[in-house]
Amino acid sequence: MFRTQYDSDISIYSPEGRLYQIEYAMQAVAQGSTALGLKSKTHAVVVTLMRSSDELSSHQRKIFKVDGHMGIAISGLTADARVLLKFMRNETLHHKFVYGSDLPTGEVVSSLAMKSQRNTQRWGRRPYGVGLLVIGYDGDKTHLYQTSPSGNCFSYYAQAIGSRSQSARTYLEKNFKAFPELGLEELVLHGVKALKESSGKETLTKLNVGIAVVGKEQKFEILKPNKVQTYLDQILQTEGEIEIENENENEKDEAAETLELKLD
Amino acid sequence: MQPKKKTLRPIVTGSSVLGIKYKDGVILASDTLGSYGSLARFRDIRRIVPITKHTVIGGTGEFSDFQEITKILRQKIIENQELVESGKEEDELLPSEIHSYLSRVLYGRRNKFNPLWNDVVVAGFEKGKVHMGTVDLWGSYFEDDIIATGYGTYFALPLMRKAYKKDMERDKALEVLRDCLTVLFYRDCRTINRYVFAEITKEGVNITDPVEIETKWEIADWQEGKL
Repeated sequence: MFRTQYDSDISIYSPEGRLYQIEYAMQAVAQGSTALGLKSKTHAVVVTLMRSSDELSSHQRKIFKVDGHMGIAISGLTADARVLLKFMRNETLHHKFVYGSDLPTGEVVSSLAMKSQRNTQRWGRRPYGVGLLVIGYDGDKTHLYQTSPSGNCFSYYAQAIGSRSQSARTYLEKNFKAFPELGLEELVLHGVKALKESSGKETLTKLNVGIAVVGKEQKFEILKPNKVQTYLDQILQTEGEIEIENENENEKDEAAETLELKLD
Repeated sequence: MQPKKKTLRPIVTGSSVLGIKYKDGVILASDTLGSYGSLARFRDIRRIVPITKHTVIGGTGEFSDFQEITKILRQKIIENQELVESGKEEDELLPSEIHSYLSRVLYGRRNKFNPLWNDVVVAGFEKGKVHMGTVDLWGSYFEDDIIATGYGTYFALPLMRKAYKKDMERDKALEVLRDCLTVLFYRDCRTINRYVFAEITKEGVNITDPVEIETKWEIADWQEGKL
C-alpha cells in the first residue's frame, strides 16, 4: 500500500517490517535466465540456460570455476557476479596458501553472506543484484548452496533460480528423493530435464545449455558443448519414446470408442 | 621515535624434542628444563603441549616464544570453530593445516627480522594417518617419520635413523626414544634427567607426567679391578 514511500532507500523499513530495496534486488535475480543445481552423495551438478541478446552475439556465460573443488552458477547482474567471484577465488586461494588445504564450501559461502549483508546496511551502497548457486566437494561430502542479495544463504538438495525457475523447482521437488544414490550420468540427466521444464519456447541446444560437475574424484569441470549434446540427445530420445507410447494409448482409446458405438 | 623492539637472542631456552612414528601412531619426547644460559633455571616446564584433541606441538629454543606460539595456535582453533558449520570436533583444523599455518606465521616473522626463536615439532592424527613435521625460526617446513630438533639433530637423529622401521611396535619406538634421551643427557649440557612423553593415536592425545631415566656415571678407569 505504502510501497513507494518506503522503497527509495535501503535504510528505510516499511510499516510491515520489509526492506523493499532488497526485495527489488532479488527481483533482479528472478529476471536472469534459469540456473539450477542438484547433488547426490558423490557429485554436485549445475545446469544453466544461456541467453544471447541477438543472433550475432555469443551466449552469456553463467558458470564459473572458483577452485578445483568448487564452482558457481549465477543468475542476475553478471557484473555483480564477477565481483563476488573474484572474492571467492581470493578466499579459496588464501586458504590454500595458509593451510595447504581446500577451503570448505560452507565457509566461503558464510563469508559471502556476510559480505552481501554489509551492502544492505551501508549508506551509499546497494545490494548485489545476483544470486549464486555454489557447488563444491570437500570433507568427503557434496555441497549445494544458494546465496541471495539479502545475505541469506541456505544449503539445498536441489534448487533452481532465475526466470521460470518454478517449473524446474517443481520437477526437482518431485524427483529429489532419488538423487542421493544416483550416478553422475543420471544426475546430469535429471538436471537437463529440469531445465527443459523452464525453457519455455526456447529449444535447448549445445550452445545455450551450460553444465558443470564436481564431486568425488571429479574436479570442478564445465562440460564441453559436444558432451552437453550427448545429454540433450538422450532427452530427445526418451521424449520420442514417450510420444510413441502416447500414440499407442490414443489408438487404444479410439478403438474402445468405436466398440461402444457399435454396441449402441 | 620508538626504539626498535625485536628478538636479539634467546634467553630462556629448551633443548631437544624427539619424535618417532610407529604402527598405531606417533610418540614425542622432551625433557622438562628451561635453561637460563648455563643455569638449569626452570626444571619442570612443559615443552610439549596439546593444541587440539588430535594435535600436539613441541618446542626447542626461546621458551617465551614457544608460549606465544601455543597462544597463537589455540586462538586460531577457537576462531576456526566459529566458521566450521557442523560444530563437530572432527571438522576442526587438521594437524597438517595447523602445521602449514604455523609455517606461514614463522616465515612472516622472519621476513620482518623479528623471529619467534623456535624449532617447533607439529604432530597429530588425521584421516587415519599420522602427520608429523617441523617448522623452524626461518619458516622452513618439512615432514618426516623421525624428527629431532636442537642438539637432538646431531646426537639422536643418526641413532633413530638406524633403529627406525616402518610400522614398528610401540615398545620398540619407546625404547629408541629412551635410548636417545639418555645419550642426550650424557652429551648435551643443557638437559636434565626428567622427561615427558606424548603419544598420539586415533583415540587422541596422551601426555605423560615427568619420569626419570636411569643413567650411569661411574668412570671405568677408577673402578676396582678395571685399571
